[in-house]
Amino acid sequence: MAYTEQELEKELQNKEYEYGFYTEMEADTFPPGLNEDVVIGISKKKGEPDWMTQWRLDAYRHWLTMEEPNWANIGYEKPNYQAISYYSAPSKKPKYDSLDEVDPEMLETFKKLGISIDEQKKLAGVAMDVVMDSVSVTTTFKKTLAEKGIIFCSISEAIKEHPELVKKYIGSIVPSTDNYFAALNSAVFSDGSFCYIPKGVRCPMELSTYFRINQAGTGQFERTLVVAEDSSYVSYLEGCTAPMRDENQLHAAVVELVALDNAEIKYSTVQNWYPGNKEGKGGVYNFVTKRGLCEKKAKISWTQVETGSAVTWKYPSCILKGDYSTGEFYSIAVTNNFQQADTGTKMIHLGKNTKSTIISKGISAGKSQNSYRGLVQINKRAENARNFSQCDSLLMGNKCGAHTFPYIEAKNKTAKVEHEATTSKIGEDQIFYCNQRGIDTEKAIALIVNGFSKEVLNKLPMEFAVEAQKLLEISLEGSVG
Amino acid sequence: MLKIQNLHASVEGEEILKGINLEINPGEVHAIMGPNGSGKSTLASVIAGNEDFEVTQGDIIFEKANISELSPEERAHRGIFLSFQYPVEIPGVSVTNFIKTSINQVRKARGEKDMPANEMLKKIREKSALLDMDRKFLSRSLNEGFSGGEKKRNEIFQMAMLEPKLAILDETDSGLDIDALRIVSDGVNRLKTKDNATLVITHYQRLLDYVVPDVVHVLLDGKIVKSGDKELAKELEERGYDWLKAEQVNA
Repeated sequence: MAYTEQELEKELQNKEYEYGFYTEMEADTFPPGLNEDVVIGISKKKGEPDWMTQWRLDAYRHWLTMEEPNWANIGYEKPNYQAISYYSAPSKKPKYDSLDEVDPEMLETFKKLGISIDEQKKLAGVAMDVVMDSVSVTTTFKKTLAEKGIIFCSISEAIKEHPELVKKYIGSIVPSTDNYFAALNSAVFSDGSFCYIPKGVRCPMELSTYFRINQAGTGQFERTLVVAEDSSYVSYLEGCTAPMRDENQLHAAVVELVALDNAEIKYSTVQNWYPGNKEGKGGVYNFVTKRGLCEKKAKISWTQVETGSAVTWKYPSCILKGDYSTGEFYSIAVTNNFQQADTGTKMIHLGKNTKSTIISKGISAGKSQNSYRGLVQINKRAENARNFSQCDSLLMGNKCGAHTFPYIEAKNKTAKVEHEATTSKIGEDQIFYCNQRGIDTEKAIALIVNGFSKEVLNKLPMEFAVEAQKLLEISLEGSVG
Repeated sequence: MLKIQNLHASVEGEEILKGINLEINPGEVHAIMGPNGSGKSTLASVIAGNEDFEVTQGDIIFEKANISELSPEERAHRGIFLSFQYPVEIPGVSVTNFIKTSINQVRKARGEKDMPANEMLKKIREKSALLDMDRKFLSRSLNEGFSGGEKKRNEIFQMAMLEPKLAILDETDSGLDIDALRIVSDGVNRLKTKDNATLVITHYQRLLDYVVPDVVHVLLDGKIVKSGDKELAKELEERGYDWLKAEQVNA
């Protein structure tokens, strides 16, 4: 069987979302709509102190004055923000001491996803803070972490237990007024994770969180805050899948990273939210603001594998404030059918001798549009700043698009900025060559895509790399053959 | 082993193969010679199952089974190997990873388990030594930045690893210097057994000094116009193809 472009296209179109199911659960859900009462209601539900309620209200009032951004290379029907419910929590019991107490249906859901907590708990060195529909259900390995003085808990818990830390850092990297979606998130965020690594501590395990959206019509607004004190190290993993839904679901998360002097934060994401069906109906809107601040000699490394969502708008960024600080961005973005992704990074060089690396791999199939958008900004004071950017695009079929929008602003003459870009196609000759060696077309595409993405896959922690490879296969050639 | 009967094939409506008949028995080496555009590479592609070419008539029988309708991978699983004239590049996929995937896919199709890692490693060492390949070579991306000679050597390395029943060598000698030619030919010769067969497609007689054919066929305008022993290759080298073309016209 020779493989023509048309056949490849047809088969890719038939790809169905594997995790399309929905768990029935009693939920405590707010009626749709957004106003000051809803914002206050969320804060009350979570038993937050007044300063937090006020912070949310300020964000909400500012959000009212803002307009939804239009500049990205994406087209979508703007959500009706009054038709969304802003709070949903599993209501049977808010917290569980052991797995036996967890809703069996929820455990079943995890099993379908192949990420049962059972399995995950056994994975050495991975602590789980499972977020299902906004409220943290269970947190494991807490003891081991506590011994080192590491705090790893839900953001709601942190607001209550560690108000001084939250108050100091929340909104310090992504202000509540930063952009439309960040403002919305600041007003209505329901939960998320908080992680604090004390001075000189190397977190002994990969910290992992699974975010999921499980309630029809419920937007999820997580808020994540990671603070690494001087000379500390942490590797944080975030992975997501979502059940199939017909209407669009809004997801507007905010992630803030603070790396103080000599600290290092590795933040890895595998994103596999429902991308919509092959006609482009449904799917998650993923409008995320992720940003990190590096103090002196600190390092932040973002690695992302983005295979899901109908629309992605996401630019994990680094503010290289301290001298000799380093920012890295490694990304694989896969779009298929009618998916649209506008993703990239911003590297803001403020300090002297700062260094940044950007490796972006975009894979487009079907009728999808995949854009890299990146800003490298070298400011006046940033003597000897260096950046290397590489943006590669791989196209499948001839109805998809790959776009690159690199912005470079150098205000210091000593800056060294390099940009490389390539575009390639999976050729019928490559497929035939593999076929001739006994490798079927499905496996051949997996092989070629994995080869193309290798530089980024190599940056992921081991257990995540395996999952990411599986996701790439599901996203592209799961249907082929 | 291989029996081709009245094979006609065309690409985009233009007929390239115009009734090929060919029979190859186990243990034999056949050579197909002919000028540019006579259909040599098309024949290789069609045997391997490349559907860029449409088979309009005739059958390909391999080990008593009609394989005309089989996919390229199914033909590979049955033991047909094509050494490509222009091997493709697959960036980011190492030579080792590629051959490992290939071998295990073939085994899977035959209902066998994956080859154990130590066995694979041993085999890779043995076969890469046979072709005088540097160990570093094995970790490079498949064919990316390879010289012409390296590409061809890599093809024969894959052939050595897969141990096919029928190996088709499409212009394997092109782009090889005399040393590389000797290494590659030695490899091919050492892989020969009484149970497998080789079909050598070439422009020049040069390769046939090393890989000695039992039968030489001349392909002209999509048809085999003459078959003979290895002396025919030498005659072609001296006289070219024009005299055969003239014979055709006169016939």
